[in-house]
Amino acid sequence: MEKTNCKEDKNQGEPVISIQGLHKSFGALEVLKGIDLIVCKGENVAVLGKSGSGKSVLIKIIVGLLKPDRGSLKVLEKEVEALNGKELDELRLRIGFSFQSSALYDSMSVFQNLAFPLIMNVKHLAKKEVAEAVEEALEAVGLKDKAERMPAELSGGQRKRVGIARALILKPEIMLYDEPTAGLDPITSAEINELINEVQEKYNTSSIIITHDLTCAKNTCNRIVMLVEGKFLPSGKFEELFKTDNQQVKDFFSYNFIQ
Amino acid sequence: MIKGDTPKIIFSEQIDQYFMGVYSAYKFVIRFFKEVFVPPFHLRAIITQSYEIGVKSLALISVTGFIIGIVFTKQSRPSLEDFGAASWLPNLVGIAIIRALGPVLTALICAGKVGSSIGAELSSMKVTEQIEAMEVSAINPFKYLVVTRVVASTIMVPLLAMYCVFIGLIGSYINVHAGETTSFTTFFKDAFSSITFIDLSAATAKATVYGFTIGIIGCYKGYNATKGTHGVGKAANEAVVLAMFLVFLEEVIIVQVSNWVRYF
Repeated sequence: MEKTNCKEDKNQGEPVISIQGLHKSFGALEVLKGIDLIVCKGENVAVLGKSGSGKSVLIKIIVGLLKPDRGSLKVLEKEVEALNGKELDELRLRIGFSFQSSALYDSMSVFQNLAFPLIMNVKHLAKKEVAEAVEEALEAVGLKDKAERMPAELSGGQRKRVGIARALILKPEIMLYDEPTAGLDPITSAEINELINEVQEKYNTSSIIITHDLTCAKNTCNRIVMLVEGKFLPSGKFEELFKTDNQQVKDFFSYNFIQ
Repeated sequence: MIKGDTPKIIFSEQIDQYFMGVYSAYKFVIRFFKEVFVPPFHLRAIITQSYEIGVKSLALISVTGFIIGIVFTKQSRPSLEDFGAASWLPNLVGIAIIRALGPVLTALICAGKVGSSIGAELSSMKVTEQIEAMEVSAINPFKYLVVTRVVASTIMVPLLAMYCVFIGLIGSYINVHAGETTSFTTFFKDAFSSITFIDLSAATAKATVYGFTIGIIGCYKGYNATKGTHGVGKAANEAVVLAMFLVFLEEVIIVQVSNWVRYF
């Protein structure tokens, strides 16, 4: 059964993301058909599903990049639909978003990529303070020596790390990862998984991890939900889903292992 | 329309798309005017863009303006000599370059160089999710990317047009001086003798309008690009073609208006 509150698990805090009956269509294509999801403080939730199943659409709605057609969405106790531009920006400062393509500003160095959100959002920050914050974020992702590099000079894994560091620079309470291990080799994928866990431990974030990589989901998440044909299948821990009788879940798991 | 419904086709798909495009461009321009006077103003970004648009176009404008000045003078001299009016050459060159050639030539060069560069840069940022990355970092990408570029282009194109006029007149003077002993002062005095305040105002005003047009079209095409790398090329190409077309259209309208003011 889908979790309805955070009190079921004593190790977790209050809900930070609460979604009820969320619908989203693009023209005639209905991508999300009334989904419900609760993410508790300190929890890492993986959203699994096939490509094009609407996983990325879900986190783009959470961060206000897309508007839902119907349904309720509360993030950090704020009803996202009811927020004006300024309030939405204030909420966005509390959410870190790691893009599938990393989305690094290619005209800026790694240092500038990290400093940019800080300079634009925190007033009267001294150069030294910016440098220290960037250094701390780069250290957290193990790329302290790459500050002066341009994004084009980095490998895929390093770009992902810089993308995560940029999302962390404003010390968010929630992290949204869009396919963090897509297109990476198994060793780099394992490093990114480790980094996600380190981030959760160090910054005490709650996360939604969009992925179709079962290893990533298994190693980083407390709970896994599967998005199939616009709806969530019953969620659970990796081991629970692994033993489920649900044919769609079984198909997804067996296909991944064959791969 | 209920969200999620497929939009109805009113005329035909192409005609509907054309009007939707015009409406979306209108909304883009309105959004620019809503945001341009509201802080933050991102002055540093405006200065950077002004450098990119203005200073980096100087070499191209210098060469083109200089050549146009020489060629125009060379081509006009035989006709004027046939009428025994060779002494009117500086006046003719002055009128032609200040009223029309300088601003239009600068606008066309900037439409090609600046328009395509803005279109390609923004569209590439759009398709690689860099614009969305700004949004999720609580940075207004429209303000930071569009407003700064349009303001810079609106300021720099008239300045470049003035520079182009000056260089064009220098080129013309060198050509005139090669054939006769006209002094620099006499040439410029003659060149400006037929130029009125209305001419200077109209030239500056139209160069400002061209600057705005080039900036906003480049930004509009880039900011609304889709379909991956194909979209990047398409945005850059359309930014140049549409900006050039609009520059010519505006030239016709502004000439009519300035003539109407001149003879009113």
